[in-house]
Amino acid sequence: MLNLYGIKLVTEDVNHVTKRDHIWSACRAAFPYTVPILAGFVFLGIAYGIYMNSLGFNAIYPIIMSFAIFAGSMEFVAANLLLAAFNPTNALFLTLMVNARHLFYGISMLDKYRGTGRKKFYLIYGLCDESFSINCTVNVPKDIDKGWFMFFVTLFNHFYWVIGAAIGGVFGSFVRFNTEGLDFVMTALFVVIFIEQWMKEKKHHSALAGLGLSAVSLIIFGGNHFIIPAMLAILGVLTVLRKPLEKAEVTV
Amino acid sequence: MTMSFTQQMITIAMIVLGTMLTRFLPFMIFPSDKPTPTYVQYLGKVLPSAVIGLLIVYCFKDVSLLSGSRGIPELIGAAAVALLHFWKKNMLLSIAGGTIIYMILVQWVFN
Repeated sequence: MLNLYGIKLVTEDVNHVTKRDHIWSACRAAFPYTVPILAGFVFLGIAYGIYMNSLGFNAIYPIIMSFAIFAGSMEFVAANLLLAAFNPTNALFLTLMVNARHLFYGISMLDKYRGTGRKKFYLIYGLCDESFSINCTVNVPKDIDKGWFMFFVTLFNHFYWVIGAAIGGVFGSFVRFNTEGLDFVMTALFVVIFIEQWMKEKKHHSALAGLGLSAVSLIIFGGNHFIIPAMLAILGVLTVLRKPLEKAEVTV
Repeated sequence: MTMSFTQQMITIAMIVLGTMLTRFLPFMIFPSDKPTPTYVQYLGKVLPSAVIGLLIVYCFKDVSLLSGSRGIPELIGAAAVALLHFWKKNMLLSIAGGTIIYMILVQWVFN
């Protein structure tokens, strides 16, 4: 009995070790994909922290907001909301409009997040632009656990953003080097991911529709109001194209 | 500051709630233990390419074609990223190269 118990203990230990290796290898596999975001988020986070600092907010504000909201552009808007008159309904609706694009991310990730267990909650919570674009397009190596891979991509990104905001909030007034243009790293990341996706797919209708309709919408409606019309136009065109595209078996 | 501390916290909570609604809603409407409608499955397959296109345009939302540098550094930067990527297919090289070119343009050429 004692012997059996000993064996059981050993096998449990082995399982434990392999599970840890498993998580660790997913962590190491995920990190390289997040390096461009490390640069972009730490920089943007610092910019955000400095901005909050310049508006007179204590460093704890950018830290808490970057941690809890974790949606870059909305946090800059949030800073202005905090300085205006108290209007929680307005804050809620403005957020829904600015972040409506997340609805598309969710629909795209329904299948990919399936079977990720308890991690799923955090994966959805941290579904920002950058985590979405990596997790949705990357081919995770076969021997790596997909759920943990996506978990670490999300976690690293979240971490970079909070660290950046903390540095900016605390040391905001001391940063003195010309970082103008460094935020282009995010644009560059999306261009690269767009090309990777382009080379993978057989038909480019969706990619062209996304780029073209958004650009037209931006020209017509301007920077602050173009997202929702662009989303509706994309939805409309993709719905019309459903039959021909499904025939072509789009591989994503 | 016009808001009290409590009012600020409520405002932040509303922004968190709004953001999380947009992230969780698709997963609440289409739970994984029920079959997802084929139309939504189709959207899940074709949307990613379109949304990444939307994200690129989103990065250009504050660029003015009529004033300042008229979006020229942004276009050159994006073209540099694309060319580097078609040429070397190295993600970090394309991103770093394009960003450095953009930074040189906005700091020295178009300032």
